[in-house]
Amino acid sequence: MKKLNHLAHPFEPKMEELPSRQQYHFSIDRRRFFKLTGGGLIVVFSMSDLISIAEKSYSVTSSYPPSEIAAWLHIDKDGAVTVYTGKVEVGQNIRTSLSQIVAEELMVPVSSITMLMGDTDLVPWDAGTFGSRTTPQMGSQLRKAAATARIAMIEMAAKKWDMSTTDLKAENGMIVNSTRTRKVGYGELTRGQQLIMSISDNVPVIAAKDWKIAGTSVPKVNERAFITGKHVYVSDMKLDGMLYGKVLRAPSFGAKLIDADVTKARGIPGVVVVKEANFVGVAAPDLPTARKALLVIEAKWEGGTNQPSNKNIFDYLVKSASLEGSGRNSVSTRGDLETGLAEADFKLSKSYNINYIAHVPLEPRAAVAAWVDGKLTVWTGTQRPFGVQEELIEAFRVNKENVRVIMPDTGSGYGGKHSGEAAIEAARLARGARKPVKVVWTREEEFTWAYFRPGGVIDVNAGVKKDGTITTWRFNNYNSGDAGLDTNYKVANKQVRYLPCHTPLRQGSYRGLAATANVFARECTMTDLARLINMDQLAFRVKNLEDDRLIAVLQAAAKAFGWSGTKTAGHGFGIAGGFEKGGHLATCAEVTVNSDKEVKVVRVTQAFECGAIVNPHHLENQVIGSIIQGLGGALFEAVEFADGKIINSGLSSYRVPRFSDVPKIDVILINRKDLPSSGAGEASIMGIAPAIRNAILDATNIALNTLPMLPNGVLA
Amino acid sequence: MILYVNAVKHDLSVDPDLELLTVLRNNLGLTGTKYGCGEGACGACTVLINGHATRSCITSIGSVGGKAITTIEGLEKNGSLHKIQMAFLAIDAFQCSFCASGMIMSAVSLLDSNPVPSEDAIIKAMNGNICRCGTYPYIVKAIHSVSKS
Repeated sequence: MKKLNHLAHPFEPKMEELPSRQQYHFSIDRRRFFKLTGGGLIVVFSMSDLISIAEKSYSVTSSYPPSEIAAWLHIDKDGAVTVYTGKVEVGQNIRTSLSQIVAEELMVPVSSITMLMGDTDLVPWDAGTFGSRTTPQMGSQLRKAAATARIAMIEMAAKKWDMSTTDLKAENGMIVNSTRTRKVGYGELTRGQQLIMSISDNVPVIAAKDWKIAGTSVPKVNERAFITGKHVYVSDMKLDGMLYGKVLRAPSFGAKLIDADVTKARGIPGVVVVKEANFVGVAAPDLPTARKALLVIEAKWEGGTNQPSNKNIFDYLVKSASLEGSGRNSVSTRGDLETGLAEADFKLSKSYNINYIAHVPLEPRAAVAAWVDGKLTVWTGTQRPFGVQEELIEAFRVNKENVRVIMPDTGSGYGGKHSGEAAIEAARLARGARKPVKVVWTREEEFTWAYFRPGGVIDVNAGVKKDGTITTWRFNNYNSGDAGLDTNYKVANKQVRYLPCHTPLRQGSYRGLAATANVFARECTMTDLARLINMDQLAFRVKNLEDDRLIAVLQAAAKAFGWSGTKTAGHGFGIAGGFEKGGHLATCAEVTVNSDKEVKVVRVTQAFECGAIVNPHHLENQVIGSIIQGLGGALFEAVEFADGKIINSGLSSYRVPRFSDVPKIDVILINRKDLPSSGAGEASIMGIAPAIRNAILDATNIALNTLPMLPNGVLA
Repeated sequence: MILYVNAVKHDLSVDPDLELLTVLRNNLGLTGTKYGCGEGACGACTVLINGHATRSCITSIGSVGGKAITTIEGLEKNGSLHKIQMAFLAIDAFQCSFCASGMIMSAVSLLDSNPVPSEDAIIKAMNGNICRCGTYPYIVKAIHSVSKS
């Protein structure tokens, strides 16, 4: 069985684990860049980009501290703006929000901006689109880049007209003077120039309170292409002479290929068979022929049996924990747990079980690969185009300059598309066939050969005084991951620990990462502690918080929900909150349980705050989408497996939320224009599971401590 | 094998057992219709057969010969979007939008048979379509907005 290493990608890397940038990854030199972008222009680079082209003599207008985030912005002779970024669009609508940010600072309409995203030949290196980092990091960098360009153009106009810069301003793609007697368009101003500037960290950016384009609900860029079926996802692509590829899969994880007789497959006209070590795949001029060719391969496999199943997974994980400790095994201790226990009036020991779940991006993994004169180009849906480029370099022993990864806007990821499996498969087949090849995974392949949100066990020991003071907090997370591990609440004596385990399933990043599990365990325990001392759950949380922003969302959610109001008989209220990845959230849920023990989530109120809001409608959409996606993992999503096989590997057997599962949802967005904008795609998923669990507890006195809570829809 | 797709006649020499989805996407280049599950469980492949929402991934082309097949590409008429497409555009409903074609086709089928559906009727008719991004409330809103107009 292939060793399943938690340290390895595609687990989200921590910042310190990100590949360093000592070797600059961008393959275009200055001359090529100018050739690509055309004449008269202004380009804004980050400092590290400038270092990489330092061998070319070029005047740097001033020196600034190096930035980790590279972003380029270019204005052409007609004033059109192109933004180059390694971030990618997977449905979170950053193509729109980043355009708004640039448009705001440059004082141009959103429609004049083109976002060039996720093409490793054209955009600066980027670690990937995950961790809710696009808005706080890339957004912030692009604001500065655009503001730098704006100020540079004001300076150019001032020089041209022999005026003071204080008399000039940018307005609708032009620099104008205060009396409006002079005006010049950006394109005209920069025409014939070749200006390269570095992004200034100190450049004055427009305050959120003065935003006119950012901060508004600009509609999704290119939306018409999506609702007319014209947007070309990778799975829709067709290159001249392209073949359709299929890959032979093992009958179970870890099964070893002993022999594969491909004679019959090779005998089918047009079919190319590629057989390299354990890899066997076919390519054919059409999909049905490729499927047929795969079916007639006679393969012998060995091993891969006798593996854990989801029925005994929790014991298995805990038992394996000490065997496979590693560098990610983090322990954080403060105070003394025993002292805290001695001070407690009440003590609690809880164990929470977290099942593996699947991302189920509606577009399964897909890639189109073409080798032309030794250069490989792969189009693939991935959250990490540069990561996939690295995988291809390693797989095919080619130079970085000879691998280009392009990521067209893709059919979602949710943390599930950090890796390049389909890209490698398509490239291998294309190399063997000497023609472009497309590989699109079936849903069953996506369910089986992608990776999962980790399952795990979380043990919590806590103590509380009658007055609501938490005296001790011990939190052991087996395998679920360490995001959101620490508690947001004040505790004098605590220890939080993440224990990696041996996982029988390939696991990796997920929306919100381990916070979906850790916040569940924490917020369930907080409710249980409040109930032990007969304190209101909201009051208990507020008493133990110092974070004003978290208190604010809890109070906003509770107020809108009617937390202190009366309940219908048989109904229960639950609350949960948390802070993660720049987002503060609080969720209230109301449930009802009927005489058949069927649980219905009646309504959900969620308050969310992530600084200054860039696009209110798209933020609300993210928050609602997170609640609904979170419902699945809370109530019924679980990967079933045994003996190295996924049992529910289809959408008829793995249940995801549908229209009929959606409760009434109210979202309260708190717009903190005084604070930097941060991400929203992840934190907003954390509250729904514990809020529902706490509401069921309120209604029935039954504490459900396993995710999903109601795989069969009814209380046991 | 004669297929009528978006009012265009196609004469194809392919296996009649082939699923319509593959023929639309690979033979006819109509890639607006998506593959999501291959078992009729997600609705991404929804097209209209004689006006009825049908999962093209589990429909053999042999069973639709001579019938009127409409795909997302067939909704736009003379450069004008279908009113349901306009409603989705106005509501700005989607995130990744991979479900969009199937959602729109199911909504067209629903509103053609029931121009003013109740919320329950919308949920019942649309429940076979999955949006993994969870934009369901906006989709319901878009359908309502058409039924009210």
